[in-house]
This record gives sequence, C-alpha cells and structure tokens, in this order.
Amino acid sequence: MDELASGIWQAVKLIGTLDPEVRSIALFSLQVSGLALLLAAITGIPYGIWLAFSRFPGRKILIGFTYAGMAFPTVVVGLIVFLLLSHNGPLGFLGWLFTPFGIIAAQFLIGFPVVASLTMAAILGLNPEMRLQLQSLGATRVQISITLLREAKVAMIVAMAAAFGRVVTEVGAVIIVGGNIAGSTRVLTTAIVLETRKGDFDSAIALGVILLMISFSINLIATRLQGKALAR
Amino acid sequence: MKDKIYILKDVIKNYGDKTACHLSYLEIYRGEVLGIIGPSGSGKSTLLRLLNFLERQTYGSIIFDGNTFDGKSHVPLTIRRRMTMVFQNPMLLKTSILNNVAYGLKLRNMKYPKSEAATLLRRLGMESLVSADASNISYGEAQRVALARALVLRPDVLLLDEPTANLDPYNVGVTEDLILRAKEESGATIVVVTHNVFQARRLCDRMVFLLDGKEVEVGPTEELFTHAKDPRTIAFIGGDMVY
Repeated sequence: MDELASGIWQAVKLIGTLDPEVRSIALFSLQVSGLALLLAAITGIPYGIWLAFSRFPGRKILIGFTYAGMAFPTVVVGLIVFLLLSHNGPLGFLGWLFTPFGIIAAQFLIGFPVVASLTMAAILGLNPEMRLQLQSLGATRVQISITLLREAKVAMIVAMAAAFGRVVTEVGAVIIVGGNIAGSTRVLTTAIVLETRKGDFDSAIALGVILLMISFSINLIATRLQGKALAR
Repeated sequence: MKDKIYILKDVIKNYGDKTACHLSYLEIYRGEVLGIIGPSGSGKSTLLRLLNFLERQTYGSIIFDGNTFDGKSHVPLTIRRRMTMVFQNPMLLKTSILNNVAYGLKLRNMKYPKSEAATLLRRLGMESLVSADASNISYGEAQRVALARALVLRPDVLLLDEPTANLDPYNVGVTEDLILRAKEESGATIVVVTHNVFQARRLCDRMVFLLDGKEVEVGPTEELFTHAKDPRTIAFIGGDMVY
C-alpha cells in the first residue's frame, strides 16, 4: 500500500511540476494514438457503413471477420506488423519499424475493427426505413450516410471512445513494433512496463495515473458530447 | 389528350419467388390525384416505391416524363428529386421541426432553407411547431410535419402512403385539407395509397384498384363508385372482403 500511495504522490508531483520527460511521453502517446484513431475513423466509418448497407455473397463472413478483429490479440497484431515492416518484409522498404509510423500502423490495425464494427452496429440499430425516407427526400448516398451517422451520434461517440481506449492502453504491439526507444517510440504503456521492470514503481504508478487520467478525460468528453440523450 | 407523367408497361416486382406487383399498363396524368386502393398485401406500397424509384422493378419499364427506366437503368438524381414520398410511419430526424422541414432544401443547397421551412409551416397553420423538437410532438403532428417536409420541396410528384393511417378523425381532416391545398397550389401530381375508399373518393380524380399486385380496374373516381365493371371492385368499394 505504501508503494501505491507513494506512487500516487509521485504522480501528483510529476504532473504538478510538468516533468519534461513525463510530459513528452504523454504528449507522444496522445499524438500517435490520436493519429491512429483518426486513420481508423477515416477508413473504419465508411467501411462500417458499407457493411451495413451492402448485400453480397460472403457479407456475413466479412462481418464475422470484422467483429473478430475487435478481439484479435494485440500482440499478434504487433507480430504481423513487425513481420510486414521488418527489413525482409513486404513493407520493409518503408523503414517504419521502430519508428512512430510503425506504432501508428499497429494501433490503426487495432482500432480499425472497433470503429468499423461499432459503426455498422450503430447504423443497423436505426430503423431500416429511415434510409428509404432520406432517399425519397432526394439525399445522395453520401448525404444519407452523414445523416444516419448524426442520427446514431450517441453510438458513434461510444465507438470512438472505445477505439481510443483500446489503442491508447495497448502495450504488446507497441513494444514489438516500436521497440520502446527513449525519446523516439516510448509511449505511456511501454514506459510503465520499463519502469516496473526497473523496480521504479513510483514512476510506473505515476505514468499509470496519467494514462488513467487520459482515459477518464476522453470518456468524460464522450459523455458530455452525448448530451441530452443521456438525460432521457 | 391528357399529358402523362408516368407510364408503366408490364412492370413486375418480385421478392424471391413471390410477385408483389404485376401491372400490365398504367398511366398517371400530370396534375391529377390518383388513388391506389386495395386490400392489405395487394401491392399498393410496392407500387408507390416503384414510382419513387426507391425499389426497382424486376421486369418491365417505367416511363417518367419521357424518360424510360428499366429495372437496372440508373435514375439520375435530378429525376429522383422531382418526386418525394410521405411514408405511413414518418421518421423525423432527432432535431427541431424546423430542421426536419428544411432538410430536403439543405440537401439541394437551397438558399435560406430554414426561412422557407418556417414560412411553409406558418402557411400550413403549424406555427406552433416551428420551434418544437421532433421528439416532443404527437403522431398526428409528425405526419403533418412529414407532409410539410415533402411539400416544401415543391415536387412534381407527391407520393403518399396511407397518409392518415392511425390518425384520429380531426387529424384525418387536417391532413386531407393539406393534400387538397397542395394539389391546388402546386399543381403537383399526387398518388395516394389508401385502403379507405371514402378517403379516396374525397381526394382522388381517378382510382386504380389493385388485387394480388395486379390492376383490376382503373377509372375516374365517381365512375368506379357508381359504375364499376369488375365485381371485385364493386365488392371492395361496397365494403366486402375481397380475395
């Protein structure tokens, strides 16, 4: 208990004094995870809408794979990305291994199925006749998609919060692909692993508290964005 | 010779191995109110969706204002935007009534959509709804808002699917008045699906009686009421069950 209390006190001090190293790791974590989420949203939302709307042979199998992606072990994602980006891998020419780009790629692959699956579920949760009614009012496919996303706003906010939570707290893939290099690819989760291994529990707990604060803040923002719907 | 806005030739709509609609020939005249009557499951709503190009026919062709469309041909947005439909269960967006009525105008990048929507709502006697939220209105009000949402687009063709189903007599009267006003003021062609023959008599210039997806009889409303030729039409208008 003493270690925990001491760690929390240490966290307060590190945060209060804006410790440069902690600040830089936290900011870097937010940047890579934020970019990974952005990429997952840009691709996952249209893909989720497409899955919800389209009808073709094998659609159910594709939906199954997409859902399965949410539960895919992140370490395996890391291994796959590592093999793809390694010197002899098909994407080795990019030179992304042990760089922030590699981390973003791994986190994108982890976030994408969450965004896509929850987007599809959100759209399918709306009354199917809504789409026809919008079409009848003269909406194009893009306009229908945007309107339906707005109608499913609450579910979409949950989707984004869930995806961000998954990528920002991820550790296995990031260590494999990023290598936990100080000042280059070290994020909050990998820094916690390192400090724990070193036996510096104060710093590990401090970084953990910061990670928790980020997660809580994102979810608080999400709750606020859901607005009136939560009051009903 | 009357100006035809729609001609349907040998239109068949299948769902799997079931034929929902099979019309050998049907003309709809510009500016008329055409009633589609028939018992439940006779293909009325399917026909309306085909006219709106929301669903595509399996066989046959639909000629709209001189443009021929088979079941696979692309329907340009400019054509689709000349018609709109009010559904039996209107779904309003989770926003204000004003935004709901302005929605179609915004899609078309019209100037001042909210102002136009507010003007129409006031003109239709719905000023109390201008500042209301869609989640706080009654079913009857939602039906009228859906009608306003369609009317504000000034469509060439207004398609109405059971516009007064589930409404109380007061709201039936109000909605029918709106439909007649729309006809007088805009000159739009109106196709209304109803299984209430008395409503069809009040609203429609002509009627088509559907049974099992096929047109049994088409003609001027009063003629069908007084001199229908087919015994099934006579029976349906007379209030008997028709199979």
